[in-house]
Amino acid sequence: MRNVVLGFLLAVACGGALAKEEGGGPVDWKSWHAGTDISNKASLQRGARNFVNYCLGCHSLQYMRYNRLAADLQLTEDQLKSNLMFSGERPFDIMKTAMPTSDSQNWFGKAPPDLSLIARARGTDYLYQFLKTFYLDAERPTGVNNLALENVAMPQVLADLQGTQKAVFVLEKKDEGNGEQMVRVFDHFEQVTPGRMSAAEFDNFVRDTVNFLDYVGEPIREKRESLGLWVVLFLLVFTGFAWALKKEIWKDVH
Amino acid sequence: MATATPRAADAKGGRWAAFMSWIDARLPVTQFWKSQASEYYAPKNFNFWYYFGSLALLVLVIQLVTGIFLTMNYKPSEAEAFGSVEYIMREVEWGWLIRYIHSTGASAFFIVVYLHMMRAFLYGSYKNPRELLWIIGMLIYVSLMAEAFFGYVLPWGNMSFWGAQVIVSLFGAIPGIGPDLVEWIRGDYSISDITLNRFFALHVAALPLVLILLVVVHVTALHEVGSNNPDGVEIKKHKDSKGRPLDGIPFHPYYTYKDLVGVGVFLVLFCGVIFFAPTLGGLFLEHPNFEPANPLNTPEHIAPVWYFTPYYAILRAVPDKLTGAALMGAAVLLFFFLPWLDRSPVKSIRYRGWLFKTFLGAFVIAFVGLGYLGLQPAQGSYVIAARVLAVVYFAFFLLMPWYTKVDKTKPVPDRVTYHA
Repeated sequence: MRNVVLGFLLAVACGGALAKEEGGGPVDWKSWHAGTDISNKASLQRGARNFVNYCLGCHSLQYMRYNRLAADLQLTEDQLKSNLMFSGERPFDIMKTAMPTSDSQNWFGKAPPDLSLIARARGTDYLYQFLKTFYLDAERPTGVNNLALENVAMPQVLADLQGTQKAVFVLEKKDEGNGEQMVRVFDHFEQVTPGRMSAAEFDNFVRDTVNFLDYVGEPIREKRESLGLWVVLFLLVFTGFAWALKKEIWKDVH
Repeated sequence: MATATPRAADAKGGRWAAFMSWIDARLPVTQFWKSQASEYYAPKNFNFWYYFGSLALLVLVIQLVTGIFLTMNYKPSEAEAFGSVEYIMREVEWGWLIRYIHSTGASAFFIVVYLHMMRAFLYGSYKNPRELLWIIGMLIYVSLMAEAFFGYVLPWGNMSFWGAQVIVSLFGAIPGIGPDLVEWIRGDYSISDITLNRFFALHVAALPLVLILLVVVHVTALHEVGSNNPDGVEIKKHKDSKGRPLDGIPFHPYYTYKDLVGVGVFLVLFCGVIFFAPTLGGLFLEHPNFEPANPLNTPEHIAPVWYFTPYYAILRAVPDKLTGAALMGAAVLLFFFLPWLDRSPVKSIRYRGWLFKTFLGAFVIAFVGLGYLGLQPAQGSYVIAARVLAVVYFAFFLLMPWYTKVDKTKPVPDRVTYHA
């Protein structure tokens, strides 16, 4: 509650002038698109590097093998070893975090989930929004909260890059099925401390990472789609022949 | 063309004919082929709606074959099921393709079967003398629903788990034996490893056997009474001197080759989904099912796969659980009584009056509409809409004896209408 009031006061004080989207109105973060493209190998390579450096410390990709990753991302074994493998894994190992579950359970209240299929379960837009909407919240044990996943257990791992930001909420009259009530609605973010990256750089960083997770969700996807083209083409030709054959055979039916 | 049997194909005699006569003396292969295909007469005026019988058979075979290969790597245990599916998707050679064919095949089966049933509605194929054929078909449909439900639980995703939880708990609404029955089905106090194991057994052994048996009986019954057709006239009434229906043509080669075109078009669409949209935006493979089963984490809203959603919408439209479950059961059971609910003197929609056409149109809208609503959260106007459509759904069946009797029908021609 304290936060609501605080946020409200802040919003009034700043007049919503800071960091608001052009044209005014609240920042519509739910419409942010990840804009990922799994055929972009460079982006996937950067995403893999981001993941190994910032996520793998806590999150596993238990259905992904290092050598599969290298093959699909067009990396040599040397590149793989020197850029993505740091703790004595072998190339055919799965990408498992070094952090024991018992520890993470204690530290965060729940073990960080495996992310092999997170993009398939939640969608890339969600992940993009999630990674960008951490905001300071003194009431949370980690000191941060998240717009996309309220009361998230995960700390803001990318704070070093993005910097920290404050979420400004406004109170609005809303009817959510049980009469008109005052509800707290997100309006915009305000940068509190700067990160090492500019906003645009950070967007690209998140986009690459999400792109990588999208690839990890279904490593076969690119091959599936390119193969599918030939399969469907063959079937169209087959159907053409079948149709001609049927016409020939049915000639004598009157 | 009609005599293109293996034996006649080599009329000069020779080794093939000798071989076949050796076989035929011991097993009636040629006789079977003749009676079921090359000398089985089907009406010549089949249209678009008549592709879906053979396509249903094709999908059944696809599901059996891919299913066998999936069981080679799938592990039906609480701890390994989810991971083994991902193992198939990532590590087994062509495993991803086999799995997508199987998962898409499940939805394709229902699409094909629903269109196959629609044909029966349009042309009165369930009416005398095909009542038993229809009932066997309905038994196939019900078995297919059970087969699909058990199969859906196997990947052990979160929606598998919670879907099973919801569907199995429906039996708990039965007064008296309900709670014990639920426990008996699960074999445990909740959906667990034990449940998964028995559902696996039912999915890969029991129900496929039932399905295959019922399909054989279905086709046998069909070939006994003969196919209906878009005019709803009996072609057996007019036969030539040799006893062949005047409006009939041998199933082989005419319909074997015609159905091959249907197979081609079907496979283009089927493979289009498999290769370009295997989840079909969460309709064929639901997003929450990419998260492993978690008894502590209920998905935001639990919805079955699309082919069950019309019944699910009916269930949720009723505030009382027992009444809802009973209505859901009734919604399926009513199909069985169609042959006796329909009092119309004509079979085909071509010769029926506007009353039947209106009711059938309303029913199709209700079925599709309920299917859509079953995918939405059960709140506000969605529930109201589901109630209205459920009334339409039941009115179609319950008022049928009345509106088919008073409906003004047109004269039915003596012979089928066919334009080459």
